[in-house]
Amino acid sequence: MRKSHKFTCIGCPSSCEIKLFEDDGKKIEVVGGCKIGKEYAIKEFTAPERILTSTVRVENGVLPVLPVKSEKPIPKNLIRESVRALAKVKVRAPIKQGSIVYENMLNTGVNVIASRNLEARSLEQ
Amino acid sequence: MNVDTLVIGGGPAGLAAALSANKNGVKNVLLIERGPELGGILPQCIHDGFGTVIFKERLTGPEYAERYIQEITKTEINVKLETMVLEVDRNKRVIAVNPTDGLLDIQVKTLILAMGCRERTRQQILIPGDRPAGIFTAGVAQRYINIEGIMPGKKIVILGSGDVGLIMARRFSLEGAEVEGVYEIMPVPGGLTRNLVQCLQDYEIPLHLSHTIVNIKGKNRVEGVTVAKVDSNMELIQGTERFVPCDTVIVSVGLIPENELSEMVPLSLDPITGGPIVDEAMETSVAGIFAAGNVVHVHDLVDDVSTEGEIAGKAAAGYITGELEERENPIKVEAGENVRYVVPQIIRKKSFEQNVKLYFRVKEVQRNTSVKVFSDSEQIYSRKERVVRPPEMLSVSLPSSALEKTLVVKVVVEKDNEKKS
Repeated sequence: MRKSHKFTCIGCPSSCEIKLFEDDGKKIEVVGGCKIGKEYAIKEFTAPERILTSTVRVENGVLPVLPVKSEKPIPKNLIRESVRALAKVKVRAPIKQGSIVYENMLNTGVNVIASRNLEARSLEQ
Repeated sequence: MNVDTLVIGGGPAGLAAALSANKNGVKNVLLIERGPELGGILPQCIHDGFGTVIFKERLTGPEYAERYIQEITKTEINVKLETMVLEVDRNKRVIAVNPTDGLLDIQVKTLILAMGCRERTRQQILIPGDRPAGIFTAGVAQRYINIEGIMPGKKIVILGSGDVGLIMARRFSLEGAEVEGVYEIMPVPGGLTRNLVQCLQDYEIPLHLSHTIVNIKGKNRVEGVTVAKVDSNMELIQGTERFVPCDTVIVSVGLIPENELSEMVPLSLDPITGGPIVDEAMETSVAGIFAAGNVVHVHDLVDDVSTEGEIAGKAAAGYITGELEERENPIKVEAGENVRYVVPQIIRKKSFEQNVKLYFRVKEVQRNTSVKVFSDSEQIYSRKERVVRPPEMLSVSLPSSALEKTLVVKVVVEKDNEKKS
């Protein structure tokens, strides 16, 4: 069945509306936008991806949470479940920026890493 | 205490300014920061998209800050955290306090103001109603969630579609809260399109344009808000009121440069940007006092903030060595047709920078239009834009050689077919 999908391009401030027509999941036509926009719409239709960013709990840190990110973009539809998985993670300070906090998020092959250095609380605190 | 270059504010503008002053030969640089760590607002901006211009990478806020902080630690730049500047005068004497040094009385040769900006609050936009707990600015909510690890509420209404509000809509939704909607009084969104798509559309959060909150209800905690539609004069349309139950109201209604210290000097401020009037070297109305970043005008991209900091640091070094000449009868920069403001507002006749970058914002959305720059009456620059929007800052880079004989530079944004009268 022929269906259409609308996308707002984020390639530049023009914010073009792009329409993508499909027939049973097969792309047949992209209308509107420039080359960047058409590619964006196709990517958004076939396999939209986002960088995952969130926080995880920290033990013994100067701050109670650590910001984290996925090393590479992951499928958009896995973002919510990934954040839920990260909600169960607890790391222990000190933490180095770039160190792996969660391996192979939901079998995407992408690791989640620390976005910053986080020092341990000093003893007197 | 004597200091060659004192930088007030350890956010992206201050970090870049201190590094640049040091790199350009200033021996005794002191960086003062009010908070307990460097980075300004960046550590709480955990989303990605920072640094695409300078580093050609999509970094998170903490990562972007870390790059500069690491550089600082490799230098002899002196950093004082948890230090609050109380007074600045035009002789460049600075009074500050902190828990270890007590009172600091600092005589500086050059001063770089990098205090950033502050959020507009509920009180400043006069939302009527009760005054219960549960009303936060977007940046405060961001700090609670991303730094303190505390969720400010469960059912959220967001007022204003500025970028921080949009980013918080997504963040709240991901952390399990229900975001009922974003209400924007203007007929056009306040944030960048990128954020409208990736923060609202991705999470199916509705955006209600030409809507505002007309009442907040709640005894101890927010119980709900009354929202209503407004007409083109932003007047409430009777009969469109609707009660929305919620426990939290997030206010994202604009940022204001933080210029209490600038007023103390006093520096000449631009009534439109709210920041000091600066030239192409980021020098303010007082020689030897520079300003950079959101304290001058509110930016969209941190990369531009860092770039301004770099210019200010280099110019401060130039002031000390004498390379930065005294400013006399500068070129005036004017905002013409559909341009709200331009920074810098003045340019030295003999520009300190080889290329002068003019940053500006338009007043209203315009399609198929041209950005033009006039040197007196002569057009010296033109480029086409498919669309210009107030939330997206524009810039033009001009070789300073093109301006040597100019008295007034004017930036205009106008339709191609309209002849300039």
